[in-house]
Amino acid sequence: MERIELLKSINDVFIDVLDNEDIQLTEKTSATDVEDWDSLNHIQLIVAIEKKFKIRFKSDEIRSWQNVGEMMDSIETKL
Amino acid sequence: MKDFFELKRNLKKDFSHLRSIKVALLGDTATQFLSVALRGAGFDGGFDLQIWEADFDQIELQVFDPSAELYTFAPDVIILFESAHKLVSKYSKLKPEAYSSFADDQLSKIDKLVTRISEQLTAKIIFYNFAEINDSVFGNYANKIESSFLFQLRKLNYNLMVYATGNPGLHICDLSTVQNRVGKGVFFQSSVYVNTEMVLSIEVLPAVAAQTIDIVGALYGRFKKCLVLDLDNTLWGGVIGDDGIENIQLGSLGIGKAFTELQYWIKKLKNRGIILAVCSKNTESVAKEPFGKHPDMVLHLDDIAVFIANWENKVDNIRQVQSILNIGFDSMVFLDDNPFERNIVRENIPELTIPELPEDPAEYLEYLYALNLFETVSFSNEDKERTKLYQLEAQRADVQRSFTNEDDFLKSLNMVSLVESFNKFNTPRVAQLSQRSNQFNLRTVRYTEPDIEALSRSGDVYTFSFTLEDKFGDNGLICVVILKKENKETLFVDTWLMSCRVLKRGMEHFVLNTIASFAAEKGFSWLHGEYIATPKNAMVKDHYKNLGFEQKKDGYVLNINTYATRPNHINKK
Repeated sequence: MERIELLKSINDVFIDVLDNEDIQLTEKTSATDVEDWDSLNHIQLIVAIEKKFKIRFKSDEIRSWQNVGEMMDSIETKL
Repeated sequence: MKDFFELKRNLKKDFSHLRSIKVALLGDTATQFLSVALRGAGFDGGFDLQIWEADFDQIELQVFDPSAELYTFAPDVIILFESAHKLVSKYSKLKPEAYSSFADDQLSKIDKLVTRISEQLTAKIIFYNFAEINDSVFGNYANKIESSFLFQLRKLNYNLMVYATGNPGLHICDLSTVQNRVGKGVFFQSSVYVNTEMVLSIEVLPAVAAQTIDIVGALYGRFKKCLVLDLDNTLWGGVIGDDGIENIQLGSLGIGKAFTELQYWIKKLKNRGIILAVCSKNTESVAKEPFGKHPDMVLHLDDIAVFIANWENKVDNIRQVQSILNIGFDSMVFLDDNPFERNIVRENIPELTIPELPEDPAEYLEYLYALNLFETVSFSNEDKERTKLYQLEAQRADVQRSFTNEDDFLKSLNMVSLVESFNKFNTPRVAQLSQRSNQFNLRTVRYTEPDIEALSRSGDVYTFSFTLEDKFGDNGLICVVILKKENKETLFVDTWLMSCRVLKRGMEHFVLNTIASFAAEKGFSWLHGEYIATPKNAMVKDHYKNLGFEQKKDGYVLNINTYATRPNHINKK
């Protein structure tokens, strides 16, 4: 999967889970840039992404990402 | 079933028309997601759950502090969620000599919680039992070692069941069953647990919420009373009219096993008090043939309260079943293998519950297990006899047709009624009737067993229960009246409810005579009645007016001193 496609898929998950059509992620986007991306919603996003790509993250991965790009790096290692 | 995110979206919908219930949620792990799932699932169940969540791991603190937020909140329902994970931690910290008494010690702690809550609140308590964890310290041998964790966990779950049998206000939500159904790999997700202290995976939350809402629904009078069955390819494989009795699939033949097992399940439901009805597109004699003659039929004609087989449409036939049984469509389940029939019925009677049976009959039973359609919060001896009662009612209807004069018919029934105050024998039935009566119910105040016991003890409250027996059989306890002293001249009719199966027998007159003469004996001059409208009780809108009460601003009043006994054909037993 191309990087840009991956970003789009993740963007869809964010829109769905946070119920906000306005979300436009970039690789640099971090939790502070997105309304409602708090620690509880973070877990919901993770679970939804895991389901979408049929992967599982390790517990410490979940806490390690600084931005969407790093999350994508993790996903790519599992696809 | 909706997923967690769909339930979460429900939270933005309009709850204003839904019944509001105050729910306190206390857990020894984090419960934020559970709370969201409960409120979302509550919406689909027709409830506006006002959930107050205790802070993390505060069960004891909240329960044992009389000034805690829990008591200020005054919930209607309290959910206590002690997790199996925390149970392992507690056990693991013990000295080995305390292992063997772990389950007993835990139960006594639970007992203290429940007792303390019950002292201060009338709230119903829902307690989650423990999803199984095998710590694999002994392997399978744990089953032979009383001190093993697995042994103690299972013992605790068993202890809880025994404990709940003696506590009408305590309801166990069977989390262990949920885990068995979905598997531990789905039930629990370690990364979620490590990062949030939540022991339920996002995926399992809807199932846990549904299981909980089922109990809440039953507590508030929503449960199923009747199962309407199609025949061909639902109760047996094949089409009786085409294949003939020797070729339908039942018993060990082909897929017959699936149908036989389904029938055994339905028979157990009938024994529990679910009324069975048949609604089939068939010639009646052909449809009935297997019931008497097929050696592998588990269900027999005397298990079926109403049997309708004809070539009319199913919508009309189900309406007829409903009118004979006199229960709400929302308390009926319709099982039919044919999606076309299901859709027609669903479109015409949306209140009916119609499971989307899987295409493969082999999957029927597991599918139905998972739906948990027949939740209840009470069970009395009368439940077991219910089918007989409805069959008797059908017989009475037959006899009634032979009388042209209703009075003569009623006289011929030789009706007697036993009138008693509430006591420990009739309390379960009184509570059940209070939960279940929707149509003939003047104020629809719901009382549970503990409420009833409390009522019996309080002064200035007078309670009446009525049975009705006739030459065809005993209807059991079918009417409840609760009078409260309003002032020294007036008794207020707090509750007047009656089972609809004894309508048009003159029972209202007999009851009014009874309470009027009681009131006179006690020196009261007025009875004050009130009608509170609900979507279901329009039947008794004019109840008091018809009985000669005078309409006033705040209800209806009857002058006891000028009251003339109302004629009827019921004698006191």
